Amino acid sequence: MIKNKIFTLLISGFILGLVFTGCSNQQEAGGTDEAAKRVYVAPGQYDEFYTFMSGGFSGQVTVYGIPSGRLFKIIPVFSQDAETAYGYSEETKAMLNTSYGFIPWGDAHHPELSETDGVHDGKWLFINENNTPRVARIDLTEFETAEILELPNSAGNHGSPFITENNEYVVASTRFSVPIPQKDVPIKSYKENFNGTISFIKVDKTSGEMSIGFQILVPGFNYDLAHAGKGPSHDWAFFTCYNSEQANSLLEINASRNDKDFIAAVNWKLAEKYVSEGKAKKVAANYAHNHMDEKTQTAVSVMNKEVLVLDPKDAPGMIYYIPTPKSPHGVDVDPTGQYIVGGGKLSTVLPVHSFDKMIKAIENKEFDGDVDGIPILKYDAVIAGEVKEPGLGPLHTEFDDKGFAYTTAFISSEIVKWKIGTWEVVDRVQTYYSPGHLNVPGGDTKKPWGKYVISLNKITKDRYLPTGPALCQSAQLFDISGDKMKLLLDFPTIGEPHYAQSIPAEMLMKNSKKIYKLEDNEHPYAAKGVKETKVERKGNEFHVTIGASRSHFTPDNIEGAKVGDKVYFHVTNFEQDWDIPHGFAVMGNRNSELLIMPGQTRTILWEPQKVGVYPFYCTDFCSALHQEMQGYIRVSAQNSNPEIKYTLGE
Amino acid sequence: MKLIKALILASLLLLASCGESKEKAPESSNDSAKEKLAQKFGLTLFELENGVGPIKEKLDLSPLDIEMASRGQKLFEEKCASCHKLDERFTGPAQRDVIERRTPEYIMNMILNPEEMIAKHPEVKKMLAMYMTSMTYQNVSKEQAREILEYFRKVDKEK
Repeated sequence: MIKNKIFTLLISGFILGLVFTGCSNQQEAGGTDEAAKRVYVAPGQYDEFYTFMSGGFSGQVTVYGIPSGRLFKIIPVFSQDAETAYGYSEETKAMLNTSYGFIPWGDAHHPELSETDGVHDGKWLFINENNTPRVARIDLTEFETAEILELPNSAGNHGSPFITENNEYVVASTRFSVPIPQKDVPIKSYKENFNGTISFIKVDKTSGEMSIGFQILVPGFNYDLAHAGKGPSHDWAFFTCYNSEQANSLLEINASRNDKDFIAAVNWKLAEKYVSEGKAKKVAANYAHNHMDEKTQTAVSVMNKEVLVLDPKDAPGMIYYIPTPKSPHGVDVDPTGQYIVGGGKLSTVLPVHSFDKMIKAIENKEFDGDVDGIPILKYDAVIAGEVKEPGLGPLHTEFDDKGFAYTTAFISSEIVKWKIGTWEVVDRVQTYYSPGHLNVPGGDTKKPWGKYVISLNKITKDRYLPTGPALCQSAQLFDISGDKMKLLLDFPTIGEPHYAQSIPAEMLMKNSKKIYKLEDNEHPYAAKGVKETKVERKGNEFHVTIGASRSHFTPDNIEGAKVGDKVYFHVTNFEQDWDIPHGFAVMGNRNSELLIMPGQTRTILWEPQKVGVYPFYCTDFCSALHQEMQGYIRVSAQNSNPEIKYTLGE
Repeated sequence: MKLIKALILASLLLLASCGESKEKAPESSNDSAKEKLAQKFGLTLFELENGVGPIKEKLDLSPLDIEMASRGQKLFEEKCASCHKLDERFTGPAQRDVIERRTPEYIMNMILNPEEMIAKHPEVKKMLAMYMTSMTYQNVSKEQAREILEYFRKVDKEK
């Protein structure tokens, strides 16, 4: 019976999808003069918002301007990047260390801007890695990855990294339940042996440095997404979960049987209290904590060996389950902190829970049984209202500054606008196609800036010039300043634009760093000026400490290296002017080029295999005499004893 | 980005060549000729002599301060020596006698404000055409530029 219902839903979705595909080119709200004017940012002018998009399976973060949709930067986070040498240079390799060793790729999902009083404060951007559970912090003065923390006792770090109102915690829940700690058990013993966890990562108020405060061990469901409360619900965080059936195979059917799954409501203030009272157990673990040392500009990786784990059995009143229809995906808290919206992928209504009612239901013990001792609240005691006809496959909701909510419907490819309080749908608009998340600037905070909604689409099909079987994914910008949503612009994205967050440009522009000061460079192989350039041998290591300025390297003729040496080129960019990077590559280097910002030192390892004289050069067009910016390194036979010589201009 | 850089370079070169053609304006101690030249480039007479930038008045130079000059030497070695030697042409011109070729105020303005100097000053345009690499901003403070100037005063005497 239930199975049939799902099938009908899916098939009707398919048909709808086909219909929309067929007539896509006839409905064009964008492309008009008015839309063009709204998104046109004249040459030399600035965009209104920075938008940080997840690169999805590219593992990176992209920075766009809104409303123009122009791409400014790709910030390497979880994947190696040969353009900037991130993950290739000796200084950055350790950022990708994990308990599994060096991992060159990650699956990035949710960018989340730091907050003060529930409003974006422009300090940091957090983003999760799903596959090998990690959370990264990006510094918004540099727009570079500053820190990556691995999460132990976690598998599929999807419900992450959502932040509490004052950056007290970044929360993270596990999509996959696994044996915790890991052990060799039959997969079919899922119900008996598998668990999920919810991690609370502390964020240092000034440095932003992350550390795991505590983890909560939870029943073996799939924990999907999260949002922390705000205002009255400040002390709470909410986590959707599906697969309350605890299936371990064919989840598309077996995890879709129950009429309702749950939103887990966690009182983190109370959890904190239990931890301070010693109720959490110290559990042995092994997880990497990597950060960029500001002074040496070099990544430091440390393995942490234990973590505090709270069992709900030892922490009464800390966690409750709110029944929520049909495999809920997103969980979004409105700007007042009063309403909690659950996006039930397979549900025909969008349930909105009331925080006040939840507190009353807890006080009055209006429970409907429990799961492993965790009380299940009565649906009717908590529900504030249901949005009818929210589209097929409702996933995520964000909010504007006028009391409206915007929900994506994946299957029917639309954004549905509805009113908080009356729950009535007031507008709906097609997207092209299949939106997952959406973003209103500030749309998950206490103070949405409104104005636009960006739809993050999984499929583009016929929207752009075809590029073979692999097509781009895309974002679509809608104007939401009036009663009706208006499509303004389509633009392609890098990787999957899984989720995005936007912040007014003036909040970040003024803090954007221009150079690294040479005098503050404490890299052990920095050359602060030509006097400190040198070449030295340490066993079979051959260290070349070299400087770059327009338009030469100091030194540029180097002799004394041998076959079998590990040659380290430590290149310091002597420039102290904005936007004058230098690059570096040496013939046959098997890793990547270096891209060195002004005042920075970066190192690439080169292992020469044959005798000869090899050129190196600047790879970033730096000046009129860029083509002259080159040098030679001589490689002698392994068993020879060549004199070390290094010169410039002789 | 690279295209933009190339364009900026091209336009700088263009500017530089413009400067060169204007170089034929008579260089004499004749004040009215200087005034004409200044006017042509939209500069004041002070700016023509002393450069465009934060130094807007003649400096009151006291006798040589050796300690200040040695701080200047350290700065010169860190931030300038990659392109400037004292006694030979390198990326930029030799510096030992710079104090004889330029006014102290001009030297400091060139260190502190190279971009505007390149854009506006006929003498700098001429130099750019000759050396093909623009003088770079090296994030030097006013106080540090004064120390570098003191170093130039010292090395000039050591000839």
